Amino acid sequence: MYAFEFERPRTLDEAVAALADDDAQALAGGQTLIPTLRQRLAMPGKLVSLTAIDALRGLSASGGVLTIGAATTHAEVAQQTDYPALAKLAGGIGDPHVRNRGTIGGSIANNDPSACYPAGVLGSGATVVTNRREIAADDYFTGLFETALDEGEIITAVNFPIPDKAAYAKFDQPASRFALVGVFVSKGKDGVRVAVTGASEGGVFRWAEAEAALASDFSAGALEGLSVDPEGMIGDIHGGPDYRAHLIGVMTRRAVAAAG
Amino acid sequence: MTKVTMSVNGTERSGEVEGRTLLSAFLRDTLGLTGTHVGCDTGQCGACTVHVDGKSVKSCNMFALEADGASVTTIEGMANDDGSLGVIQQAFQDHHGLQCGFCTPGMVMAAAALLKENPKPSEAEVRAWLSGNLCRCTGYHNIVKAILAASGQDVSKEFAA
Ligand SMILES: Cc1cc2nc3c(=O)[nH]c(=O)nc-3n(C[C@H](O)[C@H](O)[C@H](O)COP(=O)(O)OP(=O)(O)OC[C@H]3O[C@@H](n4cnc5c(N)ncnc54)[C@H](O)[C@@H]3O)c2cc1C
Ligand code: FES
Ligand code: FES
Repeated sequence: MYAFEFERPRTLDEAVAALADDDAQALAGGQTLIPTLRQRLAMPGKLVSLTAIDALRGLSASGGVLTIGAATTHAEVAQQTDYPALAKLAGGIGDPHVRNRGTIGGSIANNDPSACYPAGVLGSGATVVTNRREIAADDYFTGLFETALDEGEIITAVNFPIPDKAAYAKFDQPASRFALVGVFVSKGKDGVRVAVTGASEGGVFRWAEAEAALASDFSAGALEGLSVDPEGMIGDIHGGPDYRAHLIGVMTRRAVAAAG
Repeated sequence: MTKVTMSVNGTERSGEVEGRTLLSAFLRDTLGLTGTHVGCDTGQCGACTVHVDGKSVKSCNMFALEADGASVTTIEGMANDDGSLGVIQQAFQDHHGLQCGFCTPGMVMAAAALLKENPKPSEAEVRAWLSGNLCRCTGYHNIVKAILAASGQDVSKEFAA
């Protein structure tokens, strides 16, 4: 690992100021960033830890919306009861020790194509709140490891409208514990959403045909006959594009059945 | 170099570290607490598991400066005050929950975190909890048995050979 300066501010304003440097980078749980630094795939001059900023931690629910501070850990989200499908998603990330450090902000800032939270955020129609603006999930995830965040922009919270029904179905890649394919479905006042992670070379995406079918009949049977084109799906030693495309159908049906 | 101070197994300890110094390196190299093992150094194997403010973490995937002011427990803090093995450690010995012993510090720390949260876990819950702790020797069976035994459950029946 290359050397870097380290700062651990107590307030968001201090963090924003510290991140104004071009070669500064935010550190949250470090569960992705530390392995990356160790492989010398990143070389920040300064790391700015967000873990001591109280304003970025914690959860609150009001008016049908669950707000989660960006530096809230997966373990903390797994324990909340306002949005059970999201609790289950968070409780299925990695292992207990990773969940005690990893954060929702770090996960969606990183936007790994096999990560779980991008599916939960897109599949819920959540809003990503930063120190500068609010970004709808549909505009936030822009590609593989790509997001709408600008340089130095910090995610402060994510607002989830709590749907009537929702579930996440994950097919584990057993070695990494990430999703080989994961599907998050929700049915709320703005309709049905189906978000797929782990499968596409473009990162998380919405499966529009499934959403349309489920809008008129929210049941696993409504998905009968629908399939995803393997073109553009990830192919690696864990599974080819055909296999992943097939799994999307399977996991979507499981998620709908689990959502009830 | 920056000064970092934390309570380790109940004693205040401090040292000079770089920003990039990992908690595992601070514990092992600065404090000499080599019971915390480093297996993969990439956050996969769990051999380096310790508790920070009561929560289990992989100490190779956390910077020492992130633990500034925290309370850390390592395997060296798991024995009884008189130096005899703690309940979980004793169960690992009684039920042959280790062979080479490399993964054992992490397994014991993971088990302690589980039993604090869930004092009477099922076999399935134990196995799920250990998903971040790899063992290359035992096949896990006796580790699971030891943890169930440490939780006070009868392991003679469901584990009969
Ligand atoms: C063994 C293992 C298994 C895992 N399994 C899974 C899994 O099954 N599913 C899954 O989804 N993930 C998994 N992960 C990844 C884990 O969820 C990470 O915690 C997460 O991807 C990154 O979060 P972090 O808080 O650790 O962020 P960090 O590693 O600290 O940061 C990641 C990136 O986000 C940036 N960043 C962090 N916070 C903010 C913020 N508030 N605003 C702007 N930028 C920010 C950082 O600069 C960095 O670029 C696993 C990780 C490990 C080590
Ligand atoms: S040495 Fe830390 S997880 Fe393997
Ligand atoms: S006892 Fe050898 S790795 Fe577990």
